[in-house]
Amino acid sequence: MSASGKTQQAPSNVSARPQREMWSGRRVFILAAIGSAVGLGNIWRFPYVAYENGGGAFIIPYLVALLTAGIPLLFLDYAIGHRFRGSPPLAMRRLHPKAEAIGWWQVGICFVIAVYYAVIIAWAGMYFIFSFTTAWGEDAAGFFTGEFLQVSDQVNLGFDFVPSVLIPLILVWGVVIAILALGVQKGIARSSIVFMPLLLIMFLILVVQALFLEGAWTGLDAFFTPDWTRLGDSSIWVAAYGQIFFSLSVAFGIMITYASYLRRKTDLTGSGFVVGFANSGFELLAGIGVFAALGFMAASSGVGVDEVAVSGIGLAFIAFPTIIAQAPAGVLLGVLFFGSLVFAGLTSLISIVEVIIAAVQDKLGWRRVKAALIVGIPIALISILLFPTTTGLNLLDVTDAFVNSFGIVAVALVAVVAMSAGFGALPRLREHINATSSVKLGRSWQIFIGGVTPVVLGYILIDTLTTRISEGYGGLPDWFVGVFGWGMVIALVLIAYLLSKIPWSLRSAAYEKNIHEPILDAELDANKSATNKTKGGQTGLPETAASGSAAGEGKNP
Amino acid sequence: MSTSAIVMMIIALLAVWGGLGLALLNLKRNPEAIDDEEADAVLHDGASVSPLR
Repeated sequence: MSASGKTQQAPSNVSARPQREMWSGRRVFILAAIGSAVGLGNIWRFPYVAYENGGGAFIIPYLVALLTAGIPLLFLDYAIGHRFRGSPPLAMRRLHPKAEAIGWWQVGICFVIAVYYAVIIAWAGMYFIFSFTTAWGEDAAGFFTGEFLQVSDQVNLGFDFVPSVLIPLILVWGVVIAILALGVQKGIARSSIVFMPLLLIMFLILVVQALFLEGAWTGLDAFFTPDWTRLGDSSIWVAAYGQIFFSLSVAFGIMITYASYLRRKTDLTGSGFVVGFANSGFELLAGIGVFAALGFMAASSGVGVDEVAVSGIGLAFIAFPTIIAQAPAGVLLGVLFFGSLVFAGLTSLISIVEVIIAAVQDKLGWRRVKAALIVGIPIALISILLFPTTTGLNLLDVTDAFVNSFGIVAVALVAVVAMSAGFGALPRLREHINATSSVKLGRSWQIFIGGVTPVVLGYILIDTLTTRISEGYGGLPDWFVGVFGWGMVIALVLIAYLLSKIPWSLRSAAYEKNIHEPILDAELDANKSATNKTKGGQTGLPETAASGSAAGEGKNP
Repeated sequence: MSTSAIVMMIIALLAVWGGLGLALLNLKRNPEAIDDEEADAVLHDGASVSPLR
């Protein structure tokens, strides 16, 4: 029963098919979507990217990127998930059978991200505990790679486990699988209701505390002083689009999945603007907190802010521990910082794993608990087997770099080109959004998706591709980068194609009753249907997409 | 902090947090619509299932 296969009859006993779960309302959806978007990147990536790309002047390309790419892509994901009511493979299949592989590609990317992302949360969890005693002493860098991670000199795949990472990692996976097993409303929504306000409160206290540190205002001065000359440099525009793109959790299936649990009449654009601006609001707050703290670090060391400004793992696990050890009430600063990392990371990890669970649920017609356990436990085992080892750091570094640069960017590029030039789906998706949304989208939305984003994503992809091919990655051996970098991203595409060829279970969500009428506004659809009949049935989407699924869907009872 | 840094900080905060405020205001002015329960029931009843090709 492939997309082009013969017609099959669904089993008569369809009552066994689990109902699609729903959010209780848009408030919890917005909280969960913000929880997904606000992750480690907001805290440790944005501040440095802004600082390095014009400081205060960065706000201009950043806002332009948010409004012309970030939020439009968010709306695209919402439209696909909400209209076709499925995880990425199912939603894409319902849009057009040939698009199913794109959905599986997104699921594969989520799998790769999930297995290493959990490890960083485990590190943050341990550093939360270390903060009470400032266990790293005066040498945070040496402690992180030496005593804590016990990083091996060998670059290979080893199985020499580090208990202080292994144990918290098992706990992280236990929490994530338990939350996901509880389901969309009882698990994801309720955890967001608890974690997100907690994260905001903790982070606000952290920022206020950081602002009172000596040298904080020097840090903020470095962060916000605009370098207007940089605005003419294309690299800062690329950096702004890249930051917005990676920060918003768009284009790799999360928002499609979350939007698929929304009620029919949800205000998609109204909700999307809140999610988009809340994500940016949080990272701006992170920029203030991080640079206030870095200002203190610079003042304490008697150096300029430029000498202490770092991003990523270096910021979180080396610079911040150094600050915590020196700052007054450093324990509180550490607890708040690493606690924030844990909560921001957990809510994002939950959304990433949910994409995989939802895809398997849809494809095989499994119930929530069964899917969460049968999918979640093997993912956890792979994560536990590969990363909490003395060789895990290099593996994490390579997989993270490649899945972001050549996984997420590539699938996003393929998806936007497919939706615009390939299937011509944008007008229909815009109609769908406008049918239930408070802020109506004009043709500019189609231009942003079909014109701006492919150009920007294409540029980022080619630029990174040429750099990686000519320079390799981080001085690591070619075989290592070849297998876990290039090999992994190519394998994701091949596996996605193969998965799209596996027949859908007769109990799967693909056999749900015609989704077309219930999903789109009934009145709009009825009018459209009448108009189309007079025009000979042209709908703006290919027949299979316009009918919501594949053959037979146009003959509804 | 230099004047230009203070000005840019205020502009950035107003633009981003102001944007969030406006988005929340818009949401408040457009209360959540209640779905037709019957339509949802039809969606899930599974009584008549169209096969895929």
